[in-house]
Amino acid sequence: MSWKNHRLNPDLQCLQREIEIYASSYGLDFFPTIFEVLDYDEITEVAALGGFPMRYPHWRFGMEFDQFTKGYQYGLQKIYEMVINNNPCYAYLLRSNPLVDQKLVMAHVYAHNDFFKNNCYFTHTNRNMIDQMAKNANRIKEIIETEGENAVESFIDCCLSLENLIDIHSDVIQRGSIDDFELDKAGDEISSPGRLPSKAYLDPFVNPPELLKSEFDYIKQKQNRPKRFPEQPERDVLLFLLNNAPLRRWQHDILEIIRDEACYFAPQGQTKIINEGWASYWHSIIMTRHCLDSSELVDYAERHSGAMANAEGQLNPYKLGIELFRDIEMRWNLGQFGKSWEECNDREKLSDWDQYLGLGQKKIFEVRRIHNDITFIDEFLTPEFCHRHKLFSFGLNDESGTYEVESREFPQIKQRLLFSLTNFGQPIIHVSDGNYLNRGELYLTHRTIGSLGLRFDYARIALENLNRIWQRPVHIETMDGETPTLLSFNGSEHTETILADVSIKAKPQKIYRREG
Amino acid sequence: MARHIENDLNRFRLIVRGKVRSELRKYITEEDMIGRQAGEYIAIPIPRIEIPTFRFGSRNSGGVGSGTGDHIAQGPDPNGAGRAGDAPGSHIMEVEMALEELADLFGDELKLPRIQPKGAEKLLEMKDKYNSIRNTGPAGLRNFPKTYRQALKRQLATGEYQPSDPRIVPIREDLRYRSWTSLPSPRSAAVIIYLMDVSGSMTDEHKAILRQQAFWIDLWIKRHYKEIDRRFIIHDALAREVDESLFFQIRESGGTRISSGYRIISDIISQNYPETEWNIYIMQFSDGDNWGEDNPVCIEILRDQILPVVNQFSYVQAQTSYSSGEFQKLLKSTFENNNRLVMSEITTRDDIERSIHEILGHGQ
Repeated sequence: MSWKNHRLNPDLQCLQREIEIYASSYGLDFFPTIFEVLDYDEITEVAALGGFPMRYPHWRFGMEFDQFTKGYQYGLQKIYEMVINNNPCYAYLLRSNPLVDQKLVMAHVYAHNDFFKNNCYFTHTNRNMIDQMAKNANRIKEIIETEGENAVESFIDCCLSLENLIDIHSDVIQRGSIDDFELDKAGDEISSPGRLPSKAYLDPFVNPPELLKSEFDYIKQKQNRPKRFPEQPERDVLLFLLNNAPLRRWQHDILEIIRDEACYFAPQGQTKIINEGWASYWHSIIMTRHCLDSSELVDYAERHSGAMANAEGQLNPYKLGIELFRDIEMRWNLGQFGKSWEECNDREKLSDWDQYLGLGQKKIFEVRRIHNDITFIDEFLTPEFCHRHKLFSFGLNDESGTYEVESREFPQIKQRLLFSLTNFGQPIIHVSDGNYLNRGELYLTHRTIGSLGLRFDYARIALENLNRIWQRPVHIETMDGETPTLLSFNGSEHTETILADVSIKAKPQKIYRREG
Repeated sequence: MARHIENDLNRFRLIVRGKVRSELRKYITEEDMIGRQAGEYIAIPIPRIEIPTFRFGSRNSGGVGSGTGDHIAQGPDPNGAGRAGDAPGSHIMEVEMALEELADLFGDELKLPRIQPKGAEKLLEMKDKYNSIRNTGPAGLRNFPKTYRQALKRQLATGEYQPSDPRIVPIREDLRYRSWTSLPSPRSAAVIIYLMDVSGSMTDEHKAILRQQAFWIDLWIKRHYKEIDRRFIIHDALAREVDESLFFQIRESGGTRISSGYRIISDIISQNYPETEWNIYIMQFSDGDNWGEDNPVCIEILRDQILPVVNQFSYVQAQTSYSSGEFQKLLKSTFENNNRLVMSEITTRDDIERSIHEILGHGQ
């Protein structure tokens, strides 16, 4: 492998310089970019490792590799572009691709690169992740040397089962700082609670001393009661575990690595539509205005429309993204935004609306800086856009078990779309009590939206893994249809409790034996 | 770039085969590697291990699509959950392919020799295969994508193409049609007769193994013949013909008299499948126990009536802890030099590949 040349050949080097100049001429601002030319088996390997040349040993990379390889052998899929958020930015070209594809990929990559550098959600990502991943890999290999492959691998699996319990905003904001709680302390001094004004000779009757004492004791007791732990529900469950679970040194290291890597990938998951839209928008401009040789036109058109195609009924993030950017550019060029536009009801006026503002370019650069998928859709998806692109929302019909069209109305479409993007479509789970029942048990709460609960069979296994890390009984509160339900696992037995009335301590309704 | 992905891949395969970390096995999706589907197509599911996480149930799931809404894509995960990363196309997929292609892949993988049908030289017919493109032809064979591309090219070249009104009108020169070449192919038919011992000692696991094996053998033989018949016979002390589903399910007990099965085979062949017109394959599955006095009868029928007419007689012996396997020894000693008789032993699922190779490795 190592004897092969992964550098660009002179033709491609010229091409890179050329495209770089076009890209910066439009104001794209990127990290230095290093392209590597790889054969299919090499690019497959890198893709299986999430884009990184060095990862720790784990079977799931082999699984991805197997799938990419088979997909390629059967002619079903091909990896076109891969780019890593890193400084310098690494991107890969497939050696066997024709020149027109290489141009397209390069143009696409520069826009991704610009997005990584400038989008605010990437500000806190590690720009030296290639090295970090390699360090993580070495650390885990070291651990394997001492702890053995099976022990390490099964602990990694255990952590991966909880991988989605991170706070995707943890790098950007600090939740529940200590200061919030200082306010309570002002009322610490207890004077004489509940004392009523009275004349001196009536005082022992109006304010009986025993009663005052008992009230005083009650308040004192309440103040001395241990603080909640954590004081506020903790969104970053993995961080909570890192700080509080009884982990051994090597386990702590592994969990930390898994969390760090999950946090690094999180912004990419948050910006799929907008990032791909941005890259597609720019490759389209750079290709059609500058790079394309006339002989390549048809091939380019085929490739581009292939990438943008909506498979029957599906929504392609590339397509949605690029069309939204074009829509924004058009609207801000014509001035189709703001109060006067929204309040205008005159159809004729609306159709000819043009204020000659020409703000389109400026606006889309602003959008790429401050938005993620959710805010992007929330802000810029319009009813006209939905109508023009024939969008619809669909849902699962519980009776027939098939997906059916629900609606073509704007609010429903937007709601579905936003929901599927919220927290990457993952449930939002907090640690609400790390000392549940004062027995050191861990109580998680799934913040449900409507009646959308967790998948129970998976949740039980994830609880088992959580129990392995926490080493005390663990609970998670979620919804079973309309009923709030508590799933618990105490190390050997699963229980399921209906929380019909939270104040009454309900008895477990069903008991499941742990499998295997 | 060190090629350490191979280690990960091997590890994954070990897990899938249940050699290590057997607790993960229950998360493997698509465990049944092969499944027959309606029509000609078959899905080759790719095994995946999914680590369970806290995730939404299917209730009230849905999403947004575009288009007419006649087909709603059932994405791998309608909740839109996806691993982060910028590598496109990392989703679960099902490979759809025709049985013929699958058979070829399978043959390549195991380096199986092509079967030489009996009488292939004599019975030839010309078969049309649609594998090329030409400029003339009937409207029914018009190839739309090629025609469209040709028209698009011409209009771009002549400047007729208007981006504002992208209308592509093919003229006569643009039209492209699918075309065929005639290839000689053997006109031949084959029959596969399955014979299984159902006398108590065959376990369900063995039957599952045999069913998988039978599927592949079927597939391979089918690849080489235009017409194929399959017959199923079970036997304990008595034999009878059954249909396919019963064949793999039934479980009886009692003594074992292999000759009863051979008799029926011999009858079926002589009544329905004259050897001059049919390629005959026999697959016998047994645990190797037979009633001692029955053995000479078996040998006689096999030698005089069955072996002379068949292409191949395959004897597969399932090794169980309490079977003697004597019948195989008997066959081995009696028909040592008869290359129409092929024998193979099977103990676990891991033996399937080797066993198939032993059975089909002769190309007869």
